Amino acid sequence: MFHGYKFRKFQNKLFYFLCLLCVVIAVVPLASILLEVIIRGAPVLSINFLTADGLHGGIGPAIQGTLILIGLTCLIGVPVGVLSGVYLAEYGNNKYASSMRSINDVLTQVPSIVIGITAFSVIVIGVTGSFSPLAGAIALSFMMIPIIARTTEESLKLVPNSVREASLALGVHKWRTTLSIVLASARGGLVTGTLLAVARIAGETAPILLTILGNSYFFQGFNAPMDALPLRIFLNSRLPSPDAQALAWGAALILILMVLSLNIIVRLASRGRLKR
Amino acid sequence: MRLKFTLDNIFKVAAGIVAASAVVILLLNAYILISGSTIVLNRYGLDFITGTNWNPVTGRESFGVLPYILGTIVTSGIALLIGVPLSLGIAIFLVEMAPKAVRVPISYLVELLAAVPSVIFGLWGIFFLRFWILDYIEKPVNAYLGWIPIFSGTPQGLDIFTAGVILAIMIIPTVASVSKEVINAVPNSIREGAYSIGATKWEVIRHWVLSYGRSGIFGAVILGLGRAVGETMAVTMVIGNAVGPSAMPTSLFAPGQTLPSLIANGFLESPTPLEKSAYIGAGLVLLALSLLINVAAHTMVTRLIKVKGGTVE
Repeated sequence: MFHGYKFRKFQNKLFYFLCLLCVVIAVVPLASILLEVIIRGAPVLSINFLTADGLHGGIGPAIQGTLILIGLTCLIGVPVGVLSGVYLAEYGNNKYASSMRSINDVLTQVPSIVIGITAFSVIVIGVTGSFSPLAGAIALSFMMIPIIARTTEESLKLVPNSVREASLALGVHKWRTTLSIVLASARGGLVTGTLLAVARIAGETAPILLTILGNSYFFQGFNAPMDALPLRIFLNSRLPSPDAQALAWGAALILILMVLSLNIIVRLASRGRLKR
Repeated sequence: MRLKFTLDNIFKVAAGIVAASAVVILLLNAYILISGSTIVLNRYGLDFITGTNWNPVTGRESFGVLPYILGTIVTSGIALLIGVPLSLGIAIFLVEMAPKAVRVPISYLVELLAAVPSVIFGLWGIFFLRFWILDYIEKPVNAYLGWIPIFSGTPQGLDIFTAGVILAIMIIPTVASVSKEVINAVPNSIREGAYSIGATKWEVIRHWVLSYGRSGIFGAVILGLGRAVGETMAVTMVIGNAVGPSAMPTSLFAPGQTLPSLIANGFLESPTPLEKSAYIGAGLVLLALSLLINVAAHTMVTRLIKVKGGTVE
């Protein structure tokens, strides 16, 4: 099974460098993506680029659309996700809860394009009759709910039991304790969980491709197609004109700044709390 | 137990009902896909799975998803072949080798890779990675090994191989972070026992750590596979979007198509109910495939560690 000592030492060194190489190889694409997005996206940036509509060479509608989508998605996803998480954490010691927990995990793995088809069939065809920001927000909230439920459950479990007991001992009802004491103690975790979920859905393209379609104009109501940053990147990347492609890179720079800064904020904010 | 209508009980029941939202969403997805694909499934039956044509022309309609199922399997296979060894190397480096000071920054960098939106991977793929792969991998390999069928054809850079490479990069954070947890969960006494009989670090990892954690690592790999199978935008942008029999993945250097990219490309442009139903049918096959993979992964991984849903953290 084992060779001579010299060979084994050499083998060991070689293995160390191979593992180090793996790390380097994985970091190269990240560096390359950031570099390309900055080099190709930065020259396009201007006030006009950020605020004008699609007909005047800007991505204003896409930025506005992404913000609207994030807002609407949070409006649906945060209450539902947090309440699910509350149940799983505070009453979750039974078979029903543990099966809900597994199904929650399964839902996080459903391909996003499938969720897009569902939102298209239910909302676009069935409710609004046209492409709509609502359909996009519902599709995205289907992705957000399981994420928030999971992070809520985890942050509520970090709240010490003594806090709950202290509140109950004062005669406060359990529901009131959960809402006013436990949730308030875990608010940091809830906020970081929500920010992470927002960072994740802000870049999703497949579900909104089938539900909001894209638009060169600013928001036109809940019954009309809307634009969004990831969608604009995808649509413009397919256009032959270099100007349109440059626009896609500019939009990519804005999107990546948004997503990465959310991630970095979360990381900095939770550094003290999560330290082991 | 007698249920009283106290606020406590109402709150508990209400939260319990809301907690079922995941089930409702999952069932809604399944229902919509099944009911949406009845037209095409009734008309073609099993031929929908085994057929290779995709012809929406009225009077000559024919829909089969076999090329896209195979395209999904081949691209995900490439992703695993490239991505898994890299991820394992990263996980081993982070747990067993890296000095404490660089551990956190490196794992943070790897996690940042997961935060990059897939559409940006796609954009980078079309305008950068594609040319790099074409010049440094596809052209040389094609020139010397072009006689082997899987390397034949005229490489363009937008093909199955490029899609596989992009997927490989995208699954690294998932596979690496779960494998890291698995390797972390291997008890130290195992390592100490191995070192005490004179094994080198490589031998300890190869013969003891990896074999102790193999079911967990297998689960990590399947989790990565699930991510690769469902990935849509990056693949749609670089795979070349072949349709019909030409989408059969015969050569790595030829344009192909996966189930998600087929839907992303054609769903909105399909005018007839039959064609729309065919795309929804493709979605149903995709959902079944990914659920199967993830249930397998879940049972594998949870045996060793408590896995977090998705790759959120």
